Amino acid sequence: MQFDLRFPIGLLFSVYGVLLLVYGLVGDQEQYARSLNLNINLVWGIVMLCFGLAMLFFARRGAKKS
Amino acid sequence: MHVNSLNLLDYSILGIYLVFVIGIGFALKRFTRSAEDFFLSGRAIPGWVTGLAFISANLGAQELIGMAASGAEYGIMTAHFYWVGAIPAMVFLGIFMMPMYYGSKARSVPEYLKMRYDERTRAFNSVSFAFMAIFSSGISMHALADLLDALLGWNYYVCLVVTSVIVLAYVLKGGLSSAIYNEVLQFFMIVFGIAPLAYLALKDIGGWEGLVAKLDPGRMHSWAEAGSDKNPLGVPWYGILFGLGFVLSFGYWCTNFAEVQRALAANSMGAARRTPIIGAIPKMLFPAIIILPGMIAFGLTSDAVAGGYTIPLREGALNYNQVLPSMIFHYFPNGLLGLALTALMASFMSGMAANVTAFNTVWTYDIYQTLGGKRSDAELLTMGKIATVGGIVLAMGSALIASKYNNIMSILQLVFGFVNAPLFATFLLGMFTRRSNNTGAFWGLLVGTASAVVFHGLCFATGNPAGIKGGWLRPVIEFPKEMAQSFWVAIIAFSVTFLVNAGLSLVTRRNKTDAELRGLVYSLTDKHRGHEEHWLLRPAVLGTFILIAVVILNLIFW
Repeated sequence: MQFDLRFPIGLLFSVYGVLLLVYGLVGDQEQYARSLNLNINLVWGIVMLCFGLAMLFFARRGAKKS
Repeated sequence: MHVNSLNLLDYSILGIYLVFVIGIGFALKRFTRSAEDFFLSGRAIPGWVTGLAFISANLGAQELIGMAASGAEYGIMTAHFYWVGAIPAMVFLGIFMMPMYYGSKARSVPEYLKMRYDERTRAFNSVSFAFMAIFSSGISMHALADLLDALLGWNYYVCLVVTSVIVLAYVLKGGLSSAIYNEVLQFFMIVFGIAPLAYLALKDIGGWEGLVAKLDPGRMHSWAEAGSDKNPLGVPWYGILFGLGFVLSFGYWCTNFAEVQRALAANSMGAARRTPIIGAIPKMLFPAIIILPGMIAFGLTSDAVAGGYTIPLREGALNYNQVLPSMIFHYFPNGLLGLALTALMASFMSGMAANVTAFNTVWTYDIYQTLGGKRSDAELLTMGKIATVGGIVLAMGSALIASKYNNIMSILQLVFGFVNAPLFATFLLGMFTRRSNNTGAFWGLLVGTASAVVFHGLCFATGNPAGIKGGWLRPVIEFPKEMAQSFWVAIIAFSVTFLVNAGLSLVTRRNKTDAELRGLVYSLTDKHRGHEEHWLLRPAVLGTFILIAVVILNLIFW
């Protein structure tokens, strides 16, 4: 089947990563008392962005091969 | 700390997810032309996709909420559902059963039973499966709508209708492929949405040492307390191994069509056999993100500090089912909160879509085509789409029944317990002996299921009144916990089915010759040892590595 699932997965998590990362940087900082004074949005945003970009990278490489 | 509420970012995260889910359905529309495409994805999906879909199909909202609840209630012994139950069953399915399931070209589990035995056994299985699939998606629909209503004040009926319409849209457009591809997306959504909880909770309780200091030893050991039934589960080690590890888990993972269907959609025999084995790898690690937060929740509650997390109460007792959602609302800031709620929605949709796609296949191939005679491909495709709509409408109906009658959920969980164990005994004899015949299979299933019902009527768990939870015939056998009771009901049902099937098959004639059983019985099936693949990817090699890893996990958390 000519459908590579890595594209939508990569895209979705890159978008989520950017959203959380930016919100972690500019959003209300006081709410992180809730998450034990850790800016979890920033950290997790970076993790998801890396995952999303890796998926997109492999999907692109796969598309070039075939 | 005040209760967190959703903001615009949280809603956007949810909205983006819904757009992707429906988008995948539409993108797959052009690959879904024939009935074969709609029901079996044209057997064209790579193994890593079917593998992740395989576990995602089981990761319904109830599984997430239930496993966190059990983690709090029973402690680390809950992990037996994974490390003793699911993983060995999944490896067994991949190595030993898949050659017959996939190789026979059966389009469904009931159809395999028709090939191996006869129409009676298929009818028994297809009707009970269709019924269970509808009701389990109805119950999980009810659980989700109820949760969103309680947490966010969203209208119960609106939740019911909106989530159903979304699942309906993507299953109708892309059929099984759409359900499977979305399940993989949902898998990642669940992992990314829930995983930070374990980290934050562990940090809160003071790391692993902090957890050990706060929990009693019974909750921190998976085997050390299993010498007798004086442990949190109320089941000794042999009950765990045979009841949960063998009968219940193998019964579910190896015969439930909503699971097996994922593997049947794989693009080769190798991929089909690897499907449950690939799924076993993340499955093995799931206790860390679901059960661990539950255990921590109990530790924090038993030694509560002002403003810290405690498990919510209901009528004075700890309300374990609220553990996962209440922790999410306690620890997660906006942003991550939206991600976690989207993960809960995703888990609900994956469970529901799995049941709906399995239902429409069984309905169309095993019930409609059997009763109605030969049908053209176009007619089958149309019926599949009608069954998808019908299935979802019926599921909504059963959700409404569940919301009206609280008991209905216990009744149905009971019914599932009665059906799976006898089915597994039937498969074990059917796939691994040539001698088992039609008479043995049908009567074995019937008598075994009936014996489960009768045994249930004779036993009860300490503290439960005679009634729907057991002992309604005459309460003579007492078990310390409900969990113990359900294990023993399954063990009895399995054993009776096995003995009746084997006994009757030995005293009556064989119905099928060796030639007719080719490809249906293990000893008469081409083994597809998978030598064309890299040796590490061979099912037996991969499966062995996973079993070794699971033994190590059991030893670490002994």
